[in-house]
Amino acid sequence: MSTVVLLVITGLGLGALYFLVASGLSLIYGLMGVLNLAHGSFLTISAFLGWEVGRRVSDGTWLGLAVSALVGIAVGAIVAALTEYLLIRRLYERHIEQALVTVGLSLASVALFEGIWGTDPIYTEKPDWLGQTTVILGAKIPNDRFLLIACALLVLGGIVLFLRRTRYGLIIRAGVENRSMVTALGIDVRRSFTLVFAIGGAAAGLGGVLSSVYYGYVSAHLGSTLLIFAFIVTVIGGLGSLTGAAIASVLVAVLQQFANFYLGGTGDLVVVIALAAVLLVRPRGLLGKVA
Amino acid sequence: MSAPILTVRRLSGRIAGQQVVENVSFEVPATGVTALLGRNGVGKTSTIRSILGLIDRTGEVTLDGHRIDRLPTHRIVQQGVGYVPEDREVFGSLTVGENLRLAERDDRPRRDFVAQLFPDIHDRRAQRAGTLSGGQQQMVSLARALVNENRLLLVDEPTKGLAPKIVDEVAVALAEAARTVPMLLVEQNLHVIRALADRVVVLSGGRVVFTGEAADLLDDEDRIQRYLGVHDADAAAEGSSR
Repeated sequence: MSTVVLLVITGLGLGALYFLVASGLSLIYGLMGVLNLAHGSFLTISAFLGWEVGRRVSDGTWLGLAVSALVGIAVGAIVAALTEYLLIRRLYERHIEQALVTVGLSLASVALFEGIWGTDPIYTEKPDWLGQTTVILGAKIPNDRFLLIACALLVLGGIVLFLRRTRYGLIIRAGVENRSMVTALGIDVRRSFTLVFAIGGAAAGLGGVLSSVYYGYVSAHLGSTLLIFAFIVTVIGGLGSLTGAAIASVLVAVLQQFANFYLGGTGDLVVVIALAAVLLVRPRGLLGKVA
Repeated sequence: MSAPILTVRRLSGRIAGQQVVENVSFEVPATGVTALLGRNGVGKTSTIRSILGLIDRTGEVTLDGHRIDRLPTHRIVQQGVGYVPEDREVFGSLTVGENLRLAERDDRPRRDFVAQLFPDIHDRRAQRAGTLSGGQQQMVSLARALVNENRLLLVDEPTKGLAPKIVDEVAVALAEAARTVPMLLVEQNLHVIRALADRVVVLSGGRVVFTGEAADLLDDEDRIQRYLGVHDADAAAEGSSR
């Protein structure tokens, strides 16, 4: 029983991390049809800069972590918005060029990060409580999982509130459904594009800082590793569906944890098989639109 | 004919490299309803979409004397051009109220006017637009355009696929709207055209082949057959069966 509880809660923690990356990917694809292969770079730069500022303010404390998170969110939002404004905006409806540019940006940024921070992981400090465990139904749960879950729930709630309660949210929801009709109502949908990139980048930025807490290090490849699973989550959840991304994040991560434990560390393989199964049985994903 | 609100000169439009509108020129007066007519597939919808910049186009389009053909679609609409698209294109996942709120272009939306014109829609503000009937969705589509003060309305096949009773309701709403704003109307239903149109522009093969008073076309059985491919008698029979 305690093993199952442990696997479920650690799975939820990992799922929270996937969701922070996948939520932006899903929103960006839903509104703009852009499969942003550079999304991992937003995460990595945010993790590095968050760590750099946080450790200078107060290394290994809640204050330092809070500063890291704020810096990560800001850096993610700014870098993402600049990427949209300077690179992607010229390439809407040109999917091959988008893929080439975002892949190029992703590869170049990893090389840049390695040049600045080196190729080895840099181990990070975190508040003592996050390194301890809490016993739930006999299972010793690492406390950092609770932080991840809480942050992901806050981000999910924040994005839902934004989408439901603001005019920009209304524009984005309508734009996901029919972009050209939004334009035909006299709305400059491109402003929403930048905003969605910024929101996605902010979530990825927070994800970057929290992934350094989860893994205990920052590295130039942090974003690329998480991006693969975030893409899987986005496809399984249904491209463009935030709710789908949230559900798929949990399903994928919990499945991964169980497979790793019970099937001899085959979590990654099982997740890829699950992706293939979803694509065969329900190509639009759990909650995706019919093409 | 009063001074035109819309002037279209040598307008051509392309979709995926294929020419769908070819060198079209016509004017829309500043009052009344101008019907854009023609057989199926002649480019009526593409002409409307070209005017709005929703498809690649060349040529000159002026609104009240000002060039709009170099503006992006949202800027054209902001100049006071209301658009009711073919097939309604309501946002199905949004509520009726959200559809209308989204369409409001300034802080003086004509909510009371729209509520008066479409009381059924007003009562369904909290309902998802995707769950409405085709007729109700058309009302939402019209309401989205009419909630703003416009200088011109572009209305594309508003009665397409609707039940006869709903066609009458749509025609009444359009007539009410036309009292205050000029309209370029694409329509296949001759009875609706007879009831609403003051002038007609007829397209054939992507080009304008007839322009004039509505009566000059609609009272001429030979022209109706030649330009629209229907007998007015057929249309009358169709109308009486409604």
